[in-house]
Amino acid sequence: MNALRKLFRFNGGVKPDYHKEPSTTEPIVDFLDVAPMSSEYVIPLHQSIGGVPHPLVKAGEVVKKGQLIGGPDGYVSSAVHASTSGRVKAVEARLMPHTSGLTALCVVIEPDGKDEWIERQPVPWRSMAPDEVRDALRDAGVVGLGGAVFPTYLKVNPGKKGKLDTLVINGAECEPFITCDDMQMRQYGETIVRGAAILRDLTQAGQVLIGIEDNKPEAIAAMRAAIKATGEARIEAVPVPTRYPAGGAKQLIRVLTGIEVPHGKRSTDYGVQCFNTGTAYGVYEALELGQPLISRVVTVAGNVERPRNYVVRFGTPMKDVVALAGPRPDSDRLIMGGPMMGFAMPSDAVPVVKATNCILVGSPALFPPPPPEMPCIRCGECAKVCPTDLQPFEMYWFSRAKMFGKAQEYHLFDCIECGCCAYVCPSRIPLVDYYRFAKSEIWARENEKAAADEARERYEFRMLRDEREKQEKAAKLAAKAAETKARLAAAGAAAPEDEAKKALIAAAQERAQQQQAAAAQPADAAPAGDPAEQQAQR
Amino acid sequence: MLSAILVMALGAVILGAALGYASIKFKVEGDPLVEKIDAILPQTQCGQCGFPGCKPYAEAIAKGEADINFCPPGGEEGIRKLADLLGREFKPLSEEHGVEKPKSVAFIDESTCIGCTLCLQACPVDAIVGAAKQMHTIVAARCTGCELCIEPCPVDCIAMMPLPETVENWKWKYPTIPVKAAA
Repeated sequence: MNALRKLFRFNGGVKPDYHKEPSTTEPIVDFLDVAPMSSEYVIPLHQSIGGVPHPLVKAGEVVKKGQLIGGPDGYVSSAVHASTSGRVKAVEARLMPHTSGLTALCVVIEPDGKDEWIERQPVPWRSMAPDEVRDALRDAGVVGLGGAVFPTYLKVNPGKKGKLDTLVINGAECEPFITCDDMQMRQYGETIVRGAAILRDLTQAGQVLIGIEDNKPEAIAAMRAAIKATGEARIEAVPVPTRYPAGGAKQLIRVLTGIEVPHGKRSTDYGVQCFNTGTAYGVYEALELGQPLISRVVTVAGNVERPRNYVVRFGTPMKDVVALAGPRPDSDRLIMGGPMMGFAMPSDAVPVVKATNCILVGSPALFPPPPPEMPCIRCGECAKVCPTDLQPFEMYWFSRAKMFGKAQEYHLFDCIECGCCAYVCPSRIPLVDYYRFAKSEIWARENEKAAADEARERYEFRMLRDEREKQEKAAKLAAKAAETKARLAAAGAAAPEDEAKKALIAAAQERAQQQQAAAAQPADAAPAGDPAEQQAQR
Repeated sequence: MLSAILVMALGAVILGAALGYASIKFKVEGDPLVEKIDAILPQTQCGQCGFPGCKPYAEAIAKGEADINFCPPGGEEGIRKLADLLGREFKPLSEEHGVEKPKSVAFIDESTCIGCTLCLQACPVDAIVGAAKQMHTIVAARCTGCELCIEPCPVDCIAMMPLPETVENWKWKYPTIPVKAAA
């Protein structure tokens, strides 16, 4: 069967030293089985791509293991849960496992040591509408555990055709040092297969291909055995050639199906979707056991005496996990993720989060400081190894010159930051640092632009409203003036009455005069023919 | 001779009619240059340029009545973009119009606010919520940081707060090579 499967290849890629064996000698163990509880669990609310969940608990509240403490906010967001039972010590800004060294809102839980679960109910996903299942996955906090932490519920989508051709389960795990997926497949293969079967049914996928790099023969054998043991149909474990970054979603899809997802398109448009093996495990736990995502497998490797994989609760300080693995005295830094794509941590006190697939302990001997950057000689090595077929040197020039528009024209945003270009660069230019710089500058500008557009709209609306109000006021005044005028006009119409009154008064005065005159005549006995004289007398 | 003149005259009449028709039929509403300039301006609507808003300033630039370096919120980058668009020389921000500051938003000290609504009337983008004798507050996401609300406040309860750097808006820094001091 496998001999018949035709595999494809992606362009470029590199073969770095894998350093995977040391952490695969011991099986995965629950961290709490071999170490005491940490004194506090710092659970960041923002652990996935998308909106920041809003806190649902307050300081002083008692929480149980698995209790919802951060509610999803917005369309792209995922819930966060308490990883052990105890008392909420604070909801405050704490140092994040992020290169910036900035703080963000975290729920700090002081464990009570009982580690008591909330009531868990399996989700009857088979009888539920797809939207309800998606909501359940969102509320269980299931996100992509390959490292990108994209909310899984958004990806459980059969696409435009209503069903997928191929569901790819990503067990390639191409990055050096990291073995968490490898070990999970070896030990919990059946759970992963059951999770993959759930995803297969939810996405109506025709076939499920579990892609595993061929440097993990134990994992391949374990997964094949698990598929046989569970009896799940249309699931197959496929060994893929070991070449970094075979574990990139688009690269693995290319290798397994031959489909190259073009720029700006989604793989579901082509009937393919890709999930990490750890995510499939999380989906099984969330739906079949009703357990939200509160822990994950974390590889501790690098400059330590006992590299190993542990199931670590989210919020556990990294230093507690590293301490158990025995860091060597010359250790000088922690890296979250692998040496190719990982991020330096600002402190060893930062918590393990959903994105923590590996805690890599570094030392000057293991990762020597980068030699000085030299000018680009346009040798084109970077373009040869780029797995997304970009032209890294061009993007480098434009990012360096801060010509972001040009960098975007060279499809900067298709760059997956795998680091192959920087790995082969003979001038030792930290190319990915330039791309990350350019990307964040472009994002910031886009946000600024959106804010400016909104401000313009609001300002214009305000101007419009002011104008309208002015007009309305003018109209009101005009109406009032017209009313007054009308009243005056009405007063004018009433004038004849007034004149009649005046005439009456005048007539009365006349009469009075005549009476007076009549009274005066007999007294003076003067001739009444001289009105002038009469006037003068008065 | 006469026929040649007639032909030329006829040609002139036909072309003139066509041009006249086109100028009416394809008339462009508004000034596209103003729109382009307005798109570069930061839409703070602060009036620091001496015009009552970004659009009037854009119109003044397009007419040649104002220079391109009057906009402090747009800063050096904004001036460079305007210089590029208009094919002019870059010049530094005019000092009389203000200085470039980090992006801030207004904040109302709600215990001091007396609810006079004066700031509401001053806000060019309706980013302040409140009513007479009710406490006012600023919708930070809508605030452009124009500072126009500070002046009218009779109790001085409005302050400008620089926007904090968070994990969400943090930017990767330009790669630099650390320089070590010679021992």
